[in-house]
Amino acid sequence: MDSGRVSRSSSAGDRAEVMHTFDPWPWQVVGPLIAGVMSSLLLIGKRFGLSSNLRTMCSIAGANRFSDYFKMDWKSQSWNLVFVLGTIAGGAVARFALLKPGPVIINPKTALRLRAWGIDDAGTSFAPDILFGPEAWSNPAALAFLLIGGVLVGFGTRWANGCTSGHAISGLSAFQWPSLIAVAGFLLGGLIVAHLILPLLIPLL
Amino acid sequence: MLRIFLLGLVFGIALTMGEIISWFRIQEMFYFESFHMFGVIGGAMAVGMLFNLAARRFKWGTESGAPLDIHQYTTGWKRYIYGGTVFGMGWAVTGACPGPLFITLGAGYWPILVAIFGALLGTFLYGLLMKHLPH
Repeated sequence: MDSGRVSRSSSAGDRAEVMHTFDPWPWQVVGPLIAGVMSSLLLIGKRFGLSSNLRTMCSIAGANRFSDYFKMDWKSQSWNLVFVLGTIAGGAVARFALLKPGPVIINPKTALRLRAWGIDDAGTSFAPDILFGPEAWSNPAALAFLLIGGVLVGFGTRWANGCTSGHAISGLSAFQWPSLIAVAGFLLGGLIVAHLILPLLIPLL
Repeated sequence: MLRIFLLGLVFGIALTMGEIISWFRIQEMFYFESFHMFGVIGGAMAVGMLFNLAARRFKWGTESGAPLDIHQYTTGWKRYIYGGTVFGMGWAVTGACPGPLFITLGAGYWPILVAIFGALLGTFLYGLLMKHLPH
């Protein structure tokens, strides 16, 4: 239970001991932390929403020449890109310094099903190698799978005007009815694909 | 800007330490085989709700004195159900919503770059087609 305690000694050896010493955090910690980030952004005068950055990035890349949707004052949104940079740094700090290396302990039922579809490391790794390991680069089916999934994420979040952070967390916590409809859509789309499409697609990877 | 960066840092650390960026957790979620993801999203929502109620009750504003910038979504339902469903489909495929899309990159799983490129492409396609879509 004391795995995360920072050593008081300042010697290099002791410092190395605190690397990779944290167990995964439970939802009781992560949920309130996310709410804290959302609340802090509001108090600073900003708004918590990740998918709007996709529009900003397209606008910066020159998409404003093709659609009025991208004619925007992206400089007013640049703070949100700084937030994204922070999240990338956070992912690196957590994985390469804090988190104890090890698998994500998923429900054995989930692991068995995924293994039957050909995801051999379900239950024994953090992310499936077939999609996120170096071997994915030489697997056209895996790359196409990630590309199509990404297109759906980008297209869908912009159509719905928000994603998990904007609708499920910011919107629902502010009693926004449209967000409830959007979240119902998230669940519907996810259930359709996870139950009807992935069982056919994943064995092809 | 430093504070914004640090808030992003906390968010990235929290979602990685909570394994929210793991593709496996999303597969588990859509089969209702674990409470973890529902706990994270529901917990964030519940605590956020307390914040919003307190902010209303005590008339909290931003540090510069302006009202909080709480998004007032336009009424209607089509864009939310259709767009939400399309996003949910992509979420089940990539195992990443837009936040984890970038956090996964930071965590060093480079093939996620393909999904990020896809998300930008999807955003661009939406910009081209939006006039023809129900909203």
